[in-house]
Amino acid sequence: MTLALEVKDLKKSFGGIAVTQNVSLKVNPGERRLIIGPNGAGKTTLFAQITGDLKPDSGSVSIFGNEVIKKPVHARAHMGMSRTYQIITLFKQDTLAHNVVLSLLGIHQRKKNIFNSLTTEDQLYDHAIEFLDSVGLKQQAFRKVSEISYGEQRRVEIALALAQKPKLLLLDEPLAGLSQDERVVVADLINNISKEVTIVMIEHDMEMALAFAEKILVLQYGKVIVDGDRDAVVNDPKTQEVYLGH
Amino acid sequence: MMKKYVLYLLLVAILIILPLFFGEYYVNLGSQIMVAVVFAASLNLLVGYGGLTSLGHATYLGLSAYTSAWLFQNFGMTHDYTALIALVFTTFVGAIFGWISLRASGLSFLMLTLALSQIIWGIGYRWVGLTNGDNGIAGLTRPTPFGINLENSNNFYWFCLIITIASLFFIARIVNSPFGSTLKGTRDQEKRMSALGYNVWMIRWVTFVMASFFGAVSGLMYIYLNKYIHPSVISITSSAEALLCVIAGGAGTLAGPILGSILIVLLKNYVSGFVERWNMLLGIIFVFIVIFMPAGMAPGFTQLKNRLFGGKKP
Repeated sequence: MTLALEVKDLKKSFGGIAVTQNVSLKVNPGERRLIIGPNGAGKTTLFAQITGDLKPDSGSVSIFGNEVIKKPVHARAHMGMSRTYQIITLFKQDTLAHNVVLSLLGIHQRKKNIFNSLTTEDQLYDHAIEFLDSVGLKQQAFRKVSEISYGEQRRVEIALALAQKPKLLLLDEPLAGLSQDERVVVADLINNISKEVTIVMIEHDMEMALAFAEKILVLQYGKVIVDGDRDAVVNDPKTQEVYLGH
Repeated sequence: MMKKYVLYLLLVAILIILPLFFGEYYVNLGSQIMVAVVFAASLNLLVGYGGLTSLGHATYLGLSAYTSAWLFQNFGMTHDYTALIALVFTTFVGAIFGWISLRASGLSFLMLTLALSQIIWGIGYRWVGLTNGDNGIAGLTRPTPFGINLENSNNFYWFCLIITIASLFFIARIVNSPFGSTLKGTRDQEKRMSALGYNVWMIRWVTFVMASFFGAVSGLMYIYLNKYIHPSVISITSSAEALLCVIAGGAGTLAGPILGSILIVLLKNYVSGFVERWNMLLGIIFVFIVIFMPAGMAPGFTQLKNRLFGGKKP
């Protein structure tokens, strides 16, 4: 079976400090994979190398059997990879609908059109509103992102990612900074994503994360210290020592 | 929407009949404003919509004007050919300069645009055999499209009006198109746009090329208006003036470069006749705009109108 994501011996150093040390990871299609580790373990750096934002010193990354290490970030999006950011990265002065339209256009040939007007009557806006509806934000579609709450902005991030109909979704701390009520809403959204989408998630909220994960990878100082099925990883003494703190 | 189009039509009608009520000096001033409007609007594509601040945009106005003048003087080519070659050549140079400048971003991008424009300025000044150096190129004529004599100031004003409206129309179409939305996206969230599948570099390069093309259009208007070109046209001062028009008027708005150009050209050409230290006045006005209308005159006036007469926040 072709793996949804395969990372082999990834290495990255910043001025002599190794932030990713021979990290390898295999994720099956439809799998829910959790990446955990203490702050500074290199989780987001690993994500950045998978997405292409950061060039690794060596190693390889394959998406559904295609080697992507030399492909730019935008090309990886066209291969079915989508992501959310730890720090919300939206177009704050635009409406929620326009944010999702930009996401839809990203994988659409119409983005090259320099002559036809893009108005709110456009079909793309109808699609955008459908995706906003799926994250419970249809009523807010024509409000500016800067006018909605932080928790709602997190949901817009997820709508942007889902609008690209990804095959592989990378979620970087999707619950960060949310209230307990908002966490429940966003966690529900993530748990309801179709199994056709493979999800790799970094998250510190262990209650939600463990309910989500099928497999877990534990990082420390840029190294994989435990990798395997959820229960095995959770009960592993190394995980307990470096992360779960028991 | 209908009201907006009626207003536009009314404005165009007023602009058409204006020369009938004013003397030649003011009509030429109007033409000069229109050259500045097209030039500033072309720069606005980069600065306002792309977030790419360039200090070398005068290159494209100057290069187009020089090419047209040089071909006319040296080969006696007709205006049809000189105009076409000037547009193609300048856009081509814009494509190369854009390719070089967009290797960097932010301040480095600005410095590269400045450095490249200084090369062209240096050629204009020092390569006397090619450009006639500090003497510039004189003795030019205006074209006669469809047999219409553009030496007449009114006719030339209407010619400029057609070119300006057409240029602004195309620029408006571009910024309101899906491509325009993606361009604004690269300005606001470069990293996110890449993750969404956009080739940010390519979007910026295409914009740079389009800005060069419209800069070249303003260059042709300039050379037809003045019938003379001097290296000072491609100096950093010219580039900075266009940038001032965009920022003072309101970067990233369609009306901004129009208002900014009217302000700068009137101060430079009209007010300077009455006030010796007009540069100082320009400075004071600019400080006033930055303090009271930080986003520029166009958004500032909209905000003021909404405050006075009610309406939604801009």
